[in-house]
Amino acid sequence: MYTQGLDQKSSQSAEIKVESAEDNARFQAHVDAEEKIEPKDWMPEAYRRTLVRQISQHAHSEIIGMQPEGNWLTRAPSLRRKSILLAKIQDEAGHGLYLYSAAETLGISREQMGDQLLAGTAKYSSIFNYPTLTWADIGAVGWLVDGAAIMNQIPLCRCSYGPYSRAMIRICKEESFHQRQGYEIMVELCRGSKEQKEMAQDALNRWWWPSLMMFGPSDKDSQHSAQSMAWKIKRFSNDELRQKFVDVTVPQAEFIGLKMPDDDLVYDEESGHYRYGEINWQEFTDVLAGNGQCNRERMRTRREAHQNGAWVREAAQAHAAKKVARAAA
Amino acid sequence: MTNKDWPLYEVFIRAKSGLSHRHAGSVHAADDEMALDHARDVYTRRNEGVSIWVVKSSSIVASDPEESAAFFEPAKDKIYRHPTFYEIPDGVENI
Repeated sequence: MYTQGLDQKSSQSAEIKVESAEDNARFQAHVDAEEKIEPKDWMPEAYRRTLVRQISQHAHSEIIGMQPEGNWLTRAPSLRRKSILLAKIQDEAGHGLYLYSAAETLGISREQMGDQLLAGTAKYSSIFNYPTLTWADIGAVGWLVDGAAIMNQIPLCRCSYGPYSRAMIRICKEESFHQRQGYEIMVELCRGSKEQKEMAQDALNRWWWPSLMMFGPSDKDSQHSAQSMAWKIKRFSNDELRQKFVDVTVPQAEFIGLKMPDDDLVYDEESGHYRYGEINWQEFTDVLAGNGQCNRERMRTRREAHQNGAWVREAAQAHAAKKVARAAA
Repeated sequence: MTNKDWPLYEVFIRAKSGLSHRHAGSVHAADDEMALDHARDVYTRRNEGVSIWVVKSSSIVASDPEESAAFFEPAKDKIYRHPTFYEIPDGVENI
């Protein structure tokens, strides 16, 4: 079970207990046999820390990810599109909550994670620091950003940590609609007027490269990969997943007559893969360091939302206390 | 440690009548009623359930995995509790 009380107990006993080579070997054998690790099972502290970092950052990304989409909620072009976008944003909130709930099983509290996000000590995906300038961006975000997210998330359904894996299975089931509604927006724009098609192309031009960056640094520069692979948290390397994404997405762009903003993009008959141009890693580093186009705005909005909700949280607690008192009287 | 979080509740959902409730995840809520509302909003956005149970996580008593070998040991050597333990001659049917 996922009780905080029990998790605190197990993390305390892990601190007291020195990690023996024997414990570590037993843990690794368990993982190698494709058996899941559950909240109260013994695990190396580094495994716990890695998961807390990864799951909480994943959760924060879902929460911050509501902002670029919320930007178009009141200006969606039809009631149908507005209902869809609203449902999608509600899903993002739900995904954040599944993930926070999974992270809490590792002994970190919801409040601690929230504080880390607001203080800027925990990261979220670089992609949400780009602005959604036109309606076509909502299409591009669904098609490319959610498409890249699915590519990343499907292998996480087999992650060695049970609660994370179960949360990812749920998320992946729901995410498919996000990508399809985005592509549908692009299809509709591409079948529309010349201006509408240009708008779709412009959105693709701005979102393509940041979407490729979502897979993280190139394998040769990725700090966490090897250990995460050994622990079966990760199943494929960043570059492998990026390549899969390029291979499935390029034909989708061609189908609707859009051109990828990459002059070096070629299909390599021999390998059956598309070869793409050099990614601007400086841009990636800058955005992660807090200097993307929207980093400050996203954090400001999140902090304001949290502060403005304080009275609601307090009122709910006061109401609950009053009900308990009345029942006792 | 001051914890300003609302209490944590575990959520169990019955997908359709005839099936048992199954653990879905957890939610924070100020009270039981809010826990049910949150569980509905978080875990049944696509009609995943016909019934929800919520219970404060602190009320759940769980077995300890460190002790699981000893805890489940009494059932281990009683293979005669399984039907495959018994030999029935060939040709005997409906048993």
